[in-house]
Amino acid sequence: MSSPALSVRSARIVLDDHVVAEELSLDFAGGRTTCLLGRSGVGKTSLLRHLAGLLPGTVRAGPVAYMAQRDLLLPWLSVLDNVLLGHRLRRDATARRDAEPRARSLLAEVGLGDRLDALPQTLSGGMRQRAALARTLCEDRQIVLMDEPFGHLDAVTRFDLQDLSARLLQGRTVVLVTHDPLEALRLGHEVRVLSGAPLRAGPPIMPAGSVPRDPADPALLTLQAELIRELRHGS
Amino acid sequence: MRPLVTALGLLAGWELLVWLMGLPPYILPPPSRVAVVLIDRRELLVEQAAWTATEMILGLALGLLLGAALAVLFAASAGWRRWALPLVIVSQAIPVIAVAPLLVLWLGYGMASKVAMAALVIFFPVVSSLYDGLRRTDPGWLELARTMDASPRAILLQIRLPAALPAFASGARIAAAVAPIGAVIGEWVGASAGLGFLMTQSLARGQTPLAFAALFILCLLGLGLYVATDRLARRLVPWQPIQGD
Repeated sequence: MSSPALSVRSARIVLDDHVVAEELSLDFAGGRTTCLLGRSGVGKTSLLRHLAGLLPGTVRAGPVAYMAQRDLLLPWLSVLDNVLLGHRLRRDATARRDAEPRARSLLAEVGLGDRLDALPQTLSGGMRQRAALARTLCEDRQIVLMDEPFGHLDAVTRFDLQDLSARLLQGRTVVLVTHDPLEALRLGHEVRVLSGAPLRAGPPIMPAGSVPRDPADPALLTLQAELIRELRHGS
Repeated sequence: MRPLVTALGLLAGWELLVWLMGLPPYILPPPSRVAVVLIDRRELLVEQAAWTATEMILGLALGLLLGAALAVLFAASAGWRRWALPLVIVSQAIPVIAVAPLLVLWLGYGMASKVAMAALVIFFPVVSSLYDGLRRTDPGWLELARTMDASPRAILLQIRLPAALPAFASGARIAAAVAPIGAVIGEWVGASAGLGFLMTQSLARGQTPLAFAALFILCLLGLGLYVATDRLARRLVPWQPIQGD
């Protein structure tokens, strides 16, 4: 699979008359996961929304799949129909029929194979986020944008979901925004620290080993301590 | 059980009041007298109740349909919103009771004017509740749909409309509560059948107990319409848990 690289060139991001970024340029390697790490309010989400073409006046680079912090499951649709939401909305009956086996197998992979007909309200927070992950993957886009997708889950569920997404997102161009240094280090082939106003990106950090990285690895924990120091200084 | 005890207590008090003050039945009939009329004149009452119930149900259905259609139109088209929405709001300043004689003049003494009246009374709560619901869609859902290349039409029909159903359900409940008012006002102004008609007729002839019997049936009809609508509304939004039952 050859997923395209993604780049931002001299971007200017304005949010409610407040300049978030000016002349910002960033490159995201194709087929790899880039984690953008920054403190709350630094403008990570704005940057991601810029990439997704969701800010006024922006055009996205190409087809993307977008996963937000909230699961955004529609409460009136079953888990399976939620995963097929993109196909439902595009009103292409053939494509939807073709995608259904894929949706079922994705749900089986995230451990929801026996909850296809359940309504989202009957699922736990972790299960809902897993369904949202399956929906994101069901779109089958080469570029995946994720905005703190596991931010509000408990620590153990978060680790499980990180492992799961690292496996399922393999080969795609992923931009994942997070405020959690450990998450960035576990999932990112490349980690960039975002800071300042207007927004600047630090030099790429490429931890050793393949993703998802072992959180008990001493080298990873040393890097985590460095990143926390850097984030504190950055403000 | 408790409301029943309260009601029985009130009825007993009423009976006692009439007996103590020696009021004649054409001023205030005792509940026992109303009960006798309810049984003796049941055929007449059922016949008139069926007529009024039909008016209420048709009026409710028409009002819900027109109100929902207009709300969707307002949500879908800025043109309609700009040209017609202010008119809908201003139309609420017209007292409905004042329009009733006109409706009877135009649509006659039959059922049509009462159905129109009931539809007119409930039209506004339906439009405003559904339109409000259509405007308050979770922005996260809308953005997700945009990244999925959904057309505005698909977003309206598959996301905004189902998301607005709980708001529509509240509007429908209000509509069910006020639809009987519309139908009865219509019957008072001019009719040839119905419980409201029966009330004006019997009051004019000094048959106050019969008027009370008609009023009692009217209350039951209103209650029945509300309960039925509430049941349907809950079925419409099964994903929305309702507390406080």
